[in-house]
Amino acid sequence: MFIATRRRSRSAAALVLLVAVLGALLAILAAQPAHADTSTADDEAVRCALVKPTDDDTISILGRICDRREKPPIAVPGVAVTVEDEDGNVIGEATSGEDGTFVIDLPGTAIEHLGKSYTVALDESTLPEGTKPEITSRTLSINIDNDQTVLFPIGDVGPSKPSKFTEALQLAVGGLVFSVILAMAALGLSMIFGTTGLTNFAHGELVTFGALAAFFVDRLPGRIEVGGAEITVIVGVFAAFVAGGVFGWLNDSALWRPLRRRGTGLVAMMIVSIGLSLFLRNIYQYFAGAQQRNYSQYGAVQPWEIGDILLTPKELIVILLGAAVLVAATSLLQFTRLGKATRAVADNPGLASATGINVERVIGIVWIGGAALAGLAGALLGVTQGFDFQIGFRILLLVFAAVVLGGLGTIWGAIVGAFVIGLFTELSTLFIDPEFKFVGALLLLIIILLIRPQGLLGRAQRIG
Amino acid sequence: MDWNDLLTGSLQQALGPTAAVYCLAAIGLNIHFGYTGLLNFGQAGFMMIAGYAMVTMSTIWGLSLWLGVLLGIVLTIVFALLLGVPTLRLRADYLAIVTIAAAEIIRQVISAAKFSEDLGGQDGLTGFIGPFREVNPFSEPVGIEGVVMWSANDFWVMVIGWGLVAAACLITWLLMRSPWGRVLKSIREDEDAVRSLGKNVYAYKMQSLIIGGMFGALAGLVVTLRSATVGPSFFATDVTFFAYTVLLIGGAARVLGPVAGAVIFYFLITVLDLFFGQATSGANPIIPASIMNDTQASLMRLIFMGLGLMLLMIFRPQGLFGDRRELAIDAR
Repeated sequence: MFIATRRRSRSAAALVLLVAVLGALLAILAAQPAHADTSTADDEAVRCALVKPTDDDTISILGRICDRREKPPIAVPGVAVTVEDEDGNVIGEATSGEDGTFVIDLPGTAIEHLGKSYTVALDESTLPEGTKPEITSRTLSINIDNDQTVLFPIGDVGPSKPSKFTEALQLAVGGLVFSVILAMAALGLSMIFGTTGLTNFAHGELVTFGALAAFFVDRLPGRIEVGGAEITVIVGVFAAFVAGGVFGWLNDSALWRPLRRRGTGLVAMMIVSIGLSLFLRNIYQYFAGAQQRNYSQYGAVQPWEIGDILLTPKELIVILLGAAVLVAATSLLQFTRLGKATRAVADNPGLASATGINVERVIGIVWIGGAALAGLAGALLGVTQGFDFQIGFRILLLVFAAVVLGGLGTIWGAIVGAFVIGLFTELSTLFIDPEFKFVGALLLLIIILLIRPQGLLGRAQRIG
Repeated sequence: MDWNDLLTGSLQQALGPTAAVYCLAAIGLNIHFGYTGLLNFGQAGFMMIAGYAMVTMSTIWGLSLWLGVLLGIVLTIVFALLLGVPTLRLRADYLAIVTIAAAEIIRQVISAAKFSEDLGGQDGLTGFIGPFREVNPFSEPVGIEGVVMWSANDFWVMVIGWGLVAAACLITWLLMRSPWGRVLKSIREDEDAVRSLGKNVYAYKMQSLIIGGMFGALAGLVVTLRSATVGPSFFATDVTFFAYTVLLIGGAARVLGPVAGAVIFYFLITVLDLFFGQATSGANPIIPASIMNDTQASLMRLIFMGLGLMLLMIFRPQGLFGDRRELAIDAR
């Protein structure tokens, strides 16, 4: 009796701790301004104009410099522009006018310039403060004797030509955000696999469920405020965590537990999970529609500039929140009696049962915890990049890749695997086209399986 | 509600070219899953490689579709070898994840904007169907007046498709009654026992993967010919899952299981589709638009399909015609 109480109080304390950390971090997020400052648009700023070609037999380089952050783009006046020939000699200069345009006539007749190339460059020091061009120089090849047009869109402050290292750091920020989200989903999947042996293809739908639960709260009429700051989405994220857990319990008690009782085989259960995934995904689309959605808050937030790296408050919060949740979840598994019981069940259900562990109860709790983590991952994914009815299905393969990479069924393996996959997908874009970043991660999975079939942290047992 | 329309429309789909495509894909999966116990979730990848190989042969190099068919088959064999080397030594769940990942790699690479000049990106490729339609012996719509009618082009694809299905069934039957087939079945039942008899399990699994993959390739070819275009949307992950549903309805490890499964699957799917389509259309629909509009009606068949796959697997894993004793679907 005493042991039971102590066990309960300890796991309850850990749960309270987790909830407290969650709440604290979400409170920080609430304190952040939800929307970008949109009042910078100067009403008197000149619309970005088009340049009319001159009607003479010389070639002119016509250009305009527009600030694309405004809609419609506005002109950027007073920027010095130079034109150099192939040998680096400056052959023309101009300064952009009030309408953002500049005209540089190339000396001589049109014929002389045919087949040559010229470099048009902006003088960055003459740009208004706080702006950076997306491109500072363009090279033109003159092939026809018409006037040439060049555009210099001006974007947000950022390194115009960042070094590989800064670029890698910037990508690592995105990679970390993705990693912690992936790790939460992967930990749930891996725990469920570890205790029940089920390869759950419907795990992506648990993730989507979280995104949709948060959206449901967001859509409720009225706003939830605390001390003047709107926290509707934060409450939504919290609700996703709780609703995810409830949904996981429902999944287990309505479907998987009866199947385990019947002694349904694992491959059969895997196929059942595919059916469940199809079923839920289309139910979601039935009620939520097919369009890409965003929550009402945190759509556009002003990033902080740290050195050369841009970091938005929401990215930082997601990373910190994710890390806190992962630390809490792994500590639960590592140090509490419940965690020990979970690991014992994962190791050998029969033996665990023989030592007096209530295996079904442990599995039920794992389902609640795993699905709650998946729901939280879905809501945070929705906050960082928006969501639709198949957001979870889309990242399912990466979650699987993370879990298999780290070693199916291991706790640390899932987290390590998620960070490897999350960082790899983002950092690989340094060298490959961004549209191949998922391909790279999946290839990494196959290669690792070739070398270490049991995964990075899996035990070398027979898996053939 | 036009019940006659419902039945004839469904019959048309159940015997139509698309059913033949899923039937071929399911015959391939039957070799993998039904006979050898390999959980290949990447059948869509095999289909995609073959379809694109045939089309690009004609659109990029201007060569005949026949050469494309040949290239498609060769490339699927290469793909099966590449896929088999890292995965066939793995446990069933690992194999499932890796094959699904491989199919997704194929799909994302082929549909990438970077290769869109040659491979058409998300829109896919067209303009290769001419030579195939020129040799079409049918010039009039074929069918039974008042019951089912197929256009000449559809019927031509059907003849090819169901012809290939018949050939594939014959090959499967011959293979599975041979000693080779018996080894496959015993691998499914107990791999270690087969190994202890001195058989090279790995080699047998590889051969099974290649042969089943080639049937998948045929499915890819037929689906390409049917739609006269090839694009990444035909080869999504769900296609593999549909093929599994077809296989499991008919019964795995049965030669004619995929055939029965494809016909029944398409009949039921189309009945549901037409039923909900009719129930939500018109000025005064049976189901009010506030409950279900026509976009939602088109989802109903997939909702039912997911539900059906779950119930089938729970209550009748051997399908309609399978033998439960023969199929111990459990790989752990």
